[in-house]
Amino acid sequence: MSRYSKVGTVFVYAVLIFLTISWLTPTLGLLVSSFRPDAEVSATGWWTVVAHPGESTLTMDNYRTVLGIPAPGQVVERGRENINLLTAVVNTVAVALPATVIPILIAAFAAYGFAWIRFPGRRWLFILTIGLMGVPLQVSLIPVLRDYIKIGLNGTYLGVWLAHTGFGLPLAVYLLYNYISSLQRDIFESAFIDGASHFTIFVRLILPLSAPALASFATFQFLWTWNDLLVPLVFLSSNQGSQVLTQRLLGLMGSFGQDWHLLTAGAFISMLLPLAVFFLLQRYFVRGIMAGSVKQ
Amino acid sequence: MRKAQGILSVLFFAAALLVLEQSYVYLRDGQIAQWLRALLAIIWGVGGILLLFTLASNVVEQFSPRWKRRLVPIVFVGPATAIVIWYLALPAVRTFVASLYDANGKNFVGLANYIYAFTSREMLLSFRNNFLFWLIFATIFSVIFGLLIAVMADRTHPLFEKICKAFIFMPMAISMVGASVIWKFVYEYRPAGAPQIGLLNAIVTGLGGEPQAWLLQQPWNNLFLIAIMIWLQTGYAMVIFSAAIKGVPAELHEAGRIDGAGEIQLFFKITLPTIWGAVVTVATTIMLATLKIFDIVQSMTGGNFGTQVIANVQYTQMFRQFNYGRAASVAIVLLLAVLPVMYYNLRQFSKRTEAF
Repeated sequence: MSRYSKVGTVFVYAVLIFLTISWLTPTLGLLVSSFRPDAEVSATGWWTVVAHPGESTLTMDNYRTVLGIPAPGQVVERGRENINLLTAVVNTVAVALPATVIPILIAAFAAYGFAWIRFPGRRWLFILTIGLMGVPLQVSLIPVLRDYIKIGLNGTYLGVWLAHTGFGLPLAVYLLYNYISSLQRDIFESAFIDGASHFTIFVRLILPLSAPALASFATFQFLWTWNDLLVPLVFLSSNQGSQVLTQRLLGLMGSFGQDWHLLTAGAFISMLLPLAVFFLLQRYFVRGIMAGSVKQ
Repeated sequence: MRKAQGILSVLFFAAALLVLEQSYVYLRDGQIAQWLRALLAIIWGVGGILLLFTLASNVVEQFSPRWKRRLVPIVFVGPATAIVIWYLALPAVRTFVASLYDANGKNFVGLANYIYAFTSREMLLSFRNNFLFWLIFATIFSVIFGLLIAVMADRTHPLFEKICKAFIFMPMAISMVGASVIWKFVYEYRPAGAPQIGLLNAIVTGLGGEPQAWLLQQPWNNLFLIAIMIWLQTGYAMVIFSAAIKGVPAELHEAGRIDGAGEIQLFFKITLPTIWGAVVTVATTIMLATLKIFDIVQSMTGGNFGTQVIANVQYTQMFRQFNYGRAASVAIVLLLAVLPVMYYNLRQFSKRTEAF
């Protein structure tokens, strides 16, 4: 650091501190407001809590209201009794978890097949599989929806998992292929000689060795599926009980657009798990992002 | 003995399919508590895929070596290719065909839907917003902020750098809908005189200005939506640039300094040319995202007040107007718009995957 002038260093720190605070402030406003009572949120700016902590009340009531678990004696405002985001949390988990595991497994099998099994048409199929990376998923919505309606997959978890699998596969295969094809051949040469099948080698050797790549893509895909709006909007049923958090949040913005105490609480609930995953697995997330910086 | 095992393995596979199918129907239609349905569905999905792969491999293992060589690749790459064909390859063709038919897909209408897609007011507005506003502003500002932060953070204390970068990167974990709630609150407008609870209007009135309904002022409201995208994408740009900058050899900078170059000159003459590849990668990725932008527009304005974009027209035609022909033609237009960027990206990929 001594290479730079003192003034320069102070300037750099000042700019960075300013930018970091600017980046963080909107989220902070959301977090603070979600703990303020309705009357205060609409009467004063959220920063009064930070500026004059003594004059403000903080409450969990907003969270209780949107989750649908009011405290004993809590009076829920009229028309807000059935927001019930808890259902949406459950739905989102049920969508995002398998929508992460299924594509990873299918992609890992494919990546191994393309990398280590010789078969006719291999190159051709590989190009087909990853060449469709970046195709806007809008192009797929109408035909896939028609198929879904025909075979009864519309509005089911399975339909959404498969859609996320389809749209995520090219990137997943590409990332895992790069990793798996770079493994040293002699690692599993001896296993081949011992007569192990491809399946055994894949499960016993390749999957454990690929753990870092799998974790990277898993973090990436989980955040993607948790946060996505379009796929559930199109393929999940539009009735409130089966919607995921992003859909419900969109709906709440429409129907309770001025209830900032509830909107902020709802938004924070939807962000909680992704933020936890992000901070805990940042290393893997970054690696995934670096390896293939293209997604739909 | 071998034959018996083979038959048994096929039976196992068939039984597994049957069990999965039956439990699927039960989970879909059965009267069970929602949390239990979700839990069982997760087990069904994750367990099902593991079970099917295991049993399919088991079936293939029973064949003679000659057949095994033919069947093993199918188990490994078959599912992935089938899904990609079903979800991406065929739909591109089917959507194109649908775009030549009317709203219900009954009558052939030729290029009528494309006349809508290229000349209707909302599509022309979308072209302006997507190409002029989103593509240019979101990309340029994300890249500039990303570069600025990456370069500056590189010269600070490692712990400071880490914290700084983590917070600027954080929005990447937030959904676009969540980000829209955050920013709609920042832009919240109250008439003059009333207490401003939106941060932006509080700052404006604090400085003596008039409060503004930011999301209604055409065409500038587009920029307020784009600010959200910049807020989300800068962290991504920063992370990629940061890694690239750390890869620039220190000797290059030293040599530049000995020649008497200033910090700004060093950046433009040495750092930027060295990491140019990363800049292009980030720019193309963000360009792709801006061309397909949907969530932010849908949740902030619904495409009203002059903020319409292509992907939102597609959604509206599909789910509000139920005009599948038009929706399909708009989807094809979107595909055409991203094609050059996609093609460029693919070439980069094939360079990196040369071994194939």
